[in-house]
Amino acid sequence: MPPPPEAARARAALLAGKLAQRASRRLGRGGTALPGLVAERIDDRLVERLAAQLDAAVLVTGTNGKTTTTRMLAGILEAGGRHVIHNRAGSNLMRGIGAALIAAADPGGRLRPGAAGVFETDEATLPEAARAVRPGVLLIGNLSRDQLDRYGEIEAVREQWRETIAALPPTTTVVLNADDPSVATLARAARGPVVHFGIDDPAVAEPPLDGQRSLDALWDEETGADYVYGRRYLAHLGHWSCPGANGEGPSRPEPGVAAREIDLAAPGGLAFTLRTGDGESRVGAPLHGLYNVYNALAAATAAGALGLPPDRVAEGLARTAAAFGRQEELLVRGHPVRILLGKNPAGVNAALRTLTDGGPHHLLVLLNDGLADGTDVSWIWDTDWETLSDAASLVVGGRRAADMALRLRYAGFPEPLAVERPIAAALRARLDALPPGAPLVVLPTYTALLDVREQLGRMAGARRIWEGA
Amino acid sequence: MSARRVLTLAHLYPSLMNLYGDRGNIMALRARCAARGIELQVRAIEIGDAWEPEETDLVFIGGGQDREQRRIHQDLAARAGPLRDYRDADGVILAVCGGYQMFGRSYRDIDGDVMDGVGVFDIVSAHPGRRFERCVGNVVAMWEDDTLVGFENHGGRTYLNEGAEPLATVVAGFGNNGGDGTEGARVRNAFGTYLHGALLPKNPRLADRLIGLALARRGGEAALAPLDDHYESRAHAEALHAGLRR
Repeated sequence: MPPPPEAARARAALLAGKLAQRASRRLGRGGTALPGLVAERIDDRLVERLAAQLDAAVLVTGTNGKTTTTRMLAGILEAGGRHVIHNRAGSNLMRGIGAALIAAADPGGRLRPGAAGVFETDEATLPEAARAVRPGVLLIGNLSRDQLDRYGEIEAVREQWRETIAALPPTTTVVLNADDPSVATLARAARGPVVHFGIDDPAVAEPPLDGQRSLDALWDEETGADYVYGRRYLAHLGHWSCPGANGEGPSRPEPGVAAREIDLAAPGGLAFTLRTGDGESRVGAPLHGLYNVYNALAAATAAGALGLPPDRVAEGLARTAAAFGRQEELLVRGHPVRILLGKNPAGVNAALRTLTDGGPHHLLVLLNDGLADGTDVSWIWDTDWETLSDAASLVVGGRRAADMALRLRYAGFPEPLAVERPIAAALRARLDALPPGAPLVVLPTYTALLDVREQLGRMAGARRIWEGA
Repeated sequence: MSARRVLTLAHLYPSLMNLYGDRGNIMALRARCAARGIELQVRAIEIGDAWEPEETDLVFIGGGQDREQRRIHQDLAARAGPLRDYRDADGVILAVCGGYQMFGRSYRDIDGDVMDGVGVFDIVSAHPGRRFERCVGNVVAMWEDDTLVGFENHGGRTYLNEGAEPLATVVAGFGNNGGDGTEGARVRNAFGTYLHGALLPKNPRLADRLIGLALARRGGEAALAPLDDHYESRAHAEALHAGLRR
């Protein structure tokens, strides 16, 4: 009996995707999204068909930390014995999710039974991804200004998320950051269970802001009352409340999962006490910076929502490696090289905060203005580069190198040793001007990261980005 | 030259209207004043704060989203008279993006709600609705005999009433409305524009013009000593390139 046309189309889409995957690997391009793109053209419901076979599916979105959180969650689940399918290379549009599923499917379009899907999802892709994947858990980490040229206004992104949550079935668990008022209050839209996570540790709070700083959440959309921060950890994340006209406004929900007794200088990275409804356990992760506590906490909360016991969560987290490019160390020509992705004010400010000790640093700052970076580079003026202005030396690169150089001059940085638009040239100038053995810190935007990582990787023999994707 | 010169800038709603690197404009004015021995004092005027026009040499307002514009609307409306008087007294004003829209006669937002503007500029702005694309991208415009470069990102379209003067002529990008080739508005010493980027750091001639006009109004010398604008020129050229390849 001939297969029905629908099944034939699904098979053709899958095959085309797999062929595209093989072809682009042979070309050395990695092809993190192309297979999904090819398959999408033939069968736009392929993701839905494949995802329906998953035993559990998680979508992870938010402005910052998506890749790291997704990778940690996948690591935790794998450590717990699950077979995990995820878009490892940070390719987070529908085609990237599709590519991950295509790679995992056998030629008959079957996934391994019991497989869990963990997908990093672009903020604007979430509605479509949620319809296709039907996640058992949806995780939202934070919301701040990013790529406004592409997403429009911040509030439009939040509204899309709100509508997505409202359309989820009551069987979906929504995991939200209690410390981000724009995210925490999305709980109002949920029909099913909600788990909030947050930080409970006065020792890592920041001093109060002066009035000129911009925060991305200033008042409650429903009551119109201003948010007041009793404690602020990062950007607009903290212990917020909203007194309102008659003292009845919303406030930070008590997190069901919390990080306490945070140690940002623990041996090998960071450590904190993970408190859940089931008790407490001490967790370590080979990562740096408070924002990675949020990422780890988010991953742990989602793992818990999938039914993993706390001790397995802690064990899995400890084994997690830093997500590609977000934070990693390479050794190039005898120089330890650290790469910190930064493409919006909240992300860069958090990254800069991890660099305040151990300086002054030799820096390579790379600013591109491609679609994936944001074509609008004005965000560099909203970012607090001033905190790093005691840099030992500076080279600037990328398609908007001159804009970046001007911004850094305003921030009080030393005169750049070179301002080179081609990233290869900037990297060469940077390495040539390093004292022997001196560590290098690279701060690239997204496409600059891919570029510089490939070149550094070639020098260091590091793994390529798509390996294992 | 007198020993100590001071200019005072009133920054309207810095915590709300600050969407696209607008604080870079303040940094540029401050630094370019300091390089000429002028101290720029910046006064933040938030909702409910008193503003003293007589003590003000420059007014700056940046961009915001629709929701921020709704938020400041009432407070700003109460300042409409004083702001127009300040304009008529040749006070220097720079209004960018959302602030520019609100300094016009009226603004209709995406939901069709119409807000009165302060009427500094004889323009009207309207969002054509959700089905219409935003005007987004790099912009190059001719201002006098020089180029202005920046980035625009606005849903609303702005139209000049008859007799109103545009600030500049669009070379690449949308400008006021994507149709008539105009960008921004200029009346007396008031400048309105859709360009952010931030605008003033990489358009140093415009920054110096604002400072010069403010000094002249105080009876001082408007001509400013030239600065080494090496990095400014490169950033300008790079943005020009980005705009022209659009």
